[in-house]
Amino acid sequence: MARSGKKLGAWGAVLPLLGYCAVALGLPVWALIWEGIQAPDANGVNHFTFSNFTTSWHGVYLTGMLSSLRLSLLTAVISAVVGLVAAYAIAQSRGRLLKQAVLTASGVLANFGGIPLAFCFVATIGTGGVFLSWLNDAWPSFQLGTFDGLVVVYPYFLVPLMVLTTLPALDGLRRQWREAATNLGGSAWQYWRYVGGPLLLPAALGGFVLCFGASFAAYATARALSSGTVPLVTTQIASVLSGNVLATETNLGMALALNTIIVCGLMMAVYLPLRKRSAKWLES
Amino acid sequence: MTTLTETEPEAAPVRKTAPGARRLDLRRVRWWRGGVLGLLALYFVVPLAACFWFTVYDSRTHQFSLSPYGQIFGAQGFTTSVWFTVKVALLTIVIEYLLLIPAMIAVQLWLPRLRPVLESLAMVPLVLSPVALVVGVNTVLGWGTNQDPGTPLFQLSVDLRDPNTPWILPIVYVLIAMPFAYRSLDASMRTVDLRTLVEASRGLGASWPLTVWRAVLPNLRTGLLSGAILTLALVFGEYTISSILQFQPFSVWIVEDSQGAQSGQLAPAVSLLSLLLSWAVLFLVSFLGGRRAVVGTDRSSA
Repeated sequence: MARSGKKLGAWGAVLPLLGYCAVALGLPVWALIWEGIQAPDANGVNHFTFSNFTTSWHGVYLTGMLSSLRLSLLTAVISAVVGLVAAYAIAQSRGRLLKQAVLTASGVLANFGGIPLAFCFVATIGTGGVFLSWLNDAWPSFQLGTFDGLVVVYPYFLVPLMVLTTLPALDGLRRQWREAATNLGGSAWQYWRYVGGPLLLPAALGGFVLCFGASFAAYATARALSSGTVPLVTTQIASVLSGNVLATETNLGMALALNTIIVCGLMMAVYLPLRKRSAKWLES
Repeated sequence: MTTLTETEPEAAPVRKTAPGARRLDLRRVRWWRGGVLGLLALYFVVPLAACFWFTVYDSRTHQFSLSPYGQIFGAQGFTTSVWFTVKVALLTIVIEYLLLIPAMIAVQLWLPRLRPVLESLAMVPLVLSPVALVVGVNTVLGWGTNQDPGTPLFQLSVDLRDPNTPWILPIVYVLIAMPFAYRSLDASMRTVDLRTLVEASRGLGASWPLTVWRAVLPNLRTGLLSGAILTLALVFGEYTISSILQFQPFSVWIVEDSQGAQSGQLAPAVSLLSLLLSWAVLFLVSFLGGRRAVVGTDRSSA
């Protein structure tokens, strides 16, 4: 009796959070679906159609989607590799000061984006930036407001995200495991191949997926740097909706937004099973 | 390879028989680590330094001046936008903790099977595009304002967008900030033995609210503080949602100020200052409050 009462109380504590997420996430998504499958006809009366989705996967919008995917994939690979190496270097160092400084800086920098970030890079390697001539010596065609520019800038908030997500797992790798492997005659390569690697893989892949998602979702930074010259899904959504020319355009914007949510859903579908696996060993 | 000597200082005398090889090895490892961290530090510090240079150096007159930093507080619209943002951030933090703390305590103590659900829920906002979310939110609000004036739904969506206290912003920000708040709270919950704490307090006759307020929360203060500061930093930097919903918080004010071209150095100065300030506060909090946390991790790995 008391036990079931306790369970009930526990559910009572969790339900507000779940309900909040269901409403605050569910209603907007439902709105996107509902408006995305409608389009006004010549008389301005809405009816159901898939035409928005057909449009959203053709022409400029397909280009935008593909270039978004390419940008996210490229920056996520770079940031995941760099972030993992950085997190390993930090996990190995014993100074608490350094670890705390890096962890807190990562928390702040992972949220750093948009106009302020654009300011920093414009001042560095933008037109008239302090280091532009140096960079152009090595990379003559480089310009900040292009696809390449975004590839240089995005790791600024993705690497900290990667460090934040993988550092706990790297901290969980016990020194004793390494010592045990060494004592049994294993080489460093064998340790990483059979012990460390498999343990880290889920966390590393999970971090990669998060980087991909965050890169795909970024809008303010891309807009501030390229002012729309690089076709990306997120900037296209905003320009379709702020153009406020035709009512059909609004519904198209909804369909585009829904597409990004579908991509995000696929990401989570990859990420969640991985997360389950990594938690098992590292928490025991 | 070198972990043995690194982890156990007592073992060092034994190694003295063959110091040369060992020391060489150590140096190689340190160099590798230093090189990686140094390169990364360069990538992260140089843009900030260049931004700082841009704010203090006037290329036309070739003069240095810290005056943009002095002008910040007197700038037109600065106090209004900051006050607006602080209000939104505080509301966000309060709602966030009211939802998260009870749920996380309950999951930790009685519903461990729900932990994966909570963790994945806290991950969703990281990959959810703010643009898509805000478009959806805007549509929902539009449905409300399409109702007849005077109906409760109409009134609700008007109230949510009230320019003085726009409830819609904290409501959306709670979602966006959830990954960071959850992570900080979770990290500090792992370092305290919540069950013992709660059982001791309940056993001594304290009520549930008293237990949470006097026994649990003080032990989580590091996590609570850093979660709150991360949320504050996020709300101060968030641009997409508030600009599309047509509010003018700090982040939007910065942009419009810089486009006004009256004081092009002011906006970067403000954003640089807010970044460094939030990092410094976060670092101090975690450093001063984190002693117990470190002891906790050491114990588990020993």
